[in-house]
Amino acid sequence: MTDIAARALVPPTRPERVIALDAMGAVGDVARPLTPLERITNVTAVRRLFVLIVLAVLWEGYARFAANPLLFPSLTDTLEAFWEAAVRGPLIERTLTSLQVLAAGYAAGLAIAAVFTTVAVSTRVGTDFLSTLTAMFNPLPAIALLPLALLWFGLGAKSLIFVIIHSVLWAVALNTHSGFMSVSPTLRMAGQNVGLRGLRYVALLLVPAAFPSILTGLKIGWAFAWRTLIAAELVFGASSRSGGLGWFIFENRNQLETASVFAGLLTVILIGLFVESVIFRAIENATVRRWGMQS
Amino acid sequence: MNKPIEPPQAAQAAPLVVVDGVTLQYKTADHLVTATWQVGFEVYAADRYVLLGPSGCGKTTILKAIAGFMAPVAGSITLAGHTIERPGPDRMMVFQEFDQLLPWRTVLGNVLFPLLVNRRMPRRAAEDHARALLAKVNLTRFEDVYPHMLSGGMKQRVAIARALAMEPAVLLMDEPFAALDALTRRKMQEELVALWEDVRFTVIFVTHSIEEALLIGNRILVLSPHPGRVKAELNAGHIGFSDMGTPAFDALQRRIHDLLFTDKVETALAHEVHP
Repeated sequence: MTDIAARALVPPTRPERVIALDAMGAVGDVARPLTPLERITNVTAVRRLFVLIVLAVLWEGYARFAANPLLFPSLTDTLEAFWEAAVRGPLIERTLTSLQVLAAGYAAGLAIAAVFTTVAVSTRVGTDFLSTLTAMFNPLPAIALLPLALLWFGLGAKSLIFVIIHSVLWAVALNTHSGFMSVSPTLRMAGQNVGLRGLRYVALLLVPAAFPSILTGLKIGWAFAWRTLIAAELVFGASSRSGGLGWFIFENRNQLETASVFAGLLTVILIGLFVESVIFRAIENATVRRWGMQS
Repeated sequence: MNKPIEPPQAAQAAPLVVVDGVTLQYKTADHLVTATWQVGFEVYAADRYVLLGPSGCGKTTILKAIAGFMAPVAGSITLAGHTIERPGPDRMMVFQEFDQLLPWRTVLGNVLFPLLVNRRMPRRAAEDHARALLAKVNLTRFEDVYPHMLSGGMKQRVAIARALAMEPAVLLMDEPFAALDALTRRKMQEELVALWEDVRFTVIFVTHSIEEALLIGNRILVLSPHPGRVKAELNAGHIGFSDMGTPAFDALQRRIHDLLFTDKVETALAHEVHP
């Protein structure tokens, strides 16, 4: 013990230093500009484009190697069919039909979700009601309801809208409600403190405060709705004079126009990409990113 | 109820806030906790009234009751003679947490928010009013910035400006500087007192720091913990920043310290009962 005490370290006493900062020389290279290559590879779009180019080359290469346009058309064939269908064929009309139905179903789903979550957040019975309903219906694939929808509403847009509402409603309601629940107590009190009550409390405080969750719900709802719609159109296709994009794919498969089937699938992908990475990205940049609620 | 009470020029005879025999209880997962037991005090216009006590003395709970977030089990709380029933902008509150600002609104938008929600004045007038208050808390350059880009001290200044913009009958502050670093905290304390010299608002200020209570308050309610009971009500209006380190300051600080820690045994036991 005494040995340890004897060897206890004592820091040396050093002279004090006071430096006048003005007297210091140039600090040197504080920030270095990035090289052009670093800057280009920092752009996400450039890197993604590179991945796309690699995939396109692989596709074209394999299709030429397989040389079976009936089963696996090449990229150039597909693009040609796409152009043909878009300019002269029914592709644009079919796409618009699909999007119209989608917009109607999506809007109706959001409206119902808004009512459900507002009721759920104001009363405890409402919360239980919504939780039970979401727990029941969220795992139920919308397409499984299609036969029933056809029975109730017949062949046509009504049935499609019904299944789209089902696919949007629960995802949006679930996310919105959990977003409402996770608004911090301080922010809630701050809102009540300024005199917000009832619907104004929901609209002016809870909705913007829970917007990151709501946006996630909107994205999931959109993805569900888009998939459900294409799948449903594949099942029964044209209602009256004009079918949707799913019908376009189904029709061309029946005629063994495989390149056109690929063109239809490409359209589905393109619209999906556009909505996710242009529309939703723009909403994110203007809201949650700008507010620092999501990085 | 929501009408602002005109700030009087001199201290009135009648008290502005009367807390009379207030017992407050709240439920946790498995306990009904009595936060305060028959607490009574009076706050007059232009008071800088400090609720001081260790954690667990129910000071924040009292403030929440005055704000209208919870109702007393016994006793009454009145503001200018009216019983407090619900939260309202005549009792604007500044919280300890930085997330009390609305992240989706700019600094100016946050200060405008209560004015517009309550339709206190037309938008143009409200903007001028909000800008004037931001100037008072030295944030003019940041009015278009979103809260996430501000430092903690700046966020608290925005919250203070937002609260004062409503010209509340009484300003409620719940340890507003507790989450700040020591240097910023001292600066904010000085700014708050300077702002009070300028505007002469009425404030009820919760803190657990004896020093902060002495610097900010003109009257200090000392509370004991578990449950909160009034231990003493002291005057500190004669003590300010220039008195720091003087014998008078140290003596009062020592006195409050002794008041809070004389019954150590009782406090320690109480801690074991309510972990």
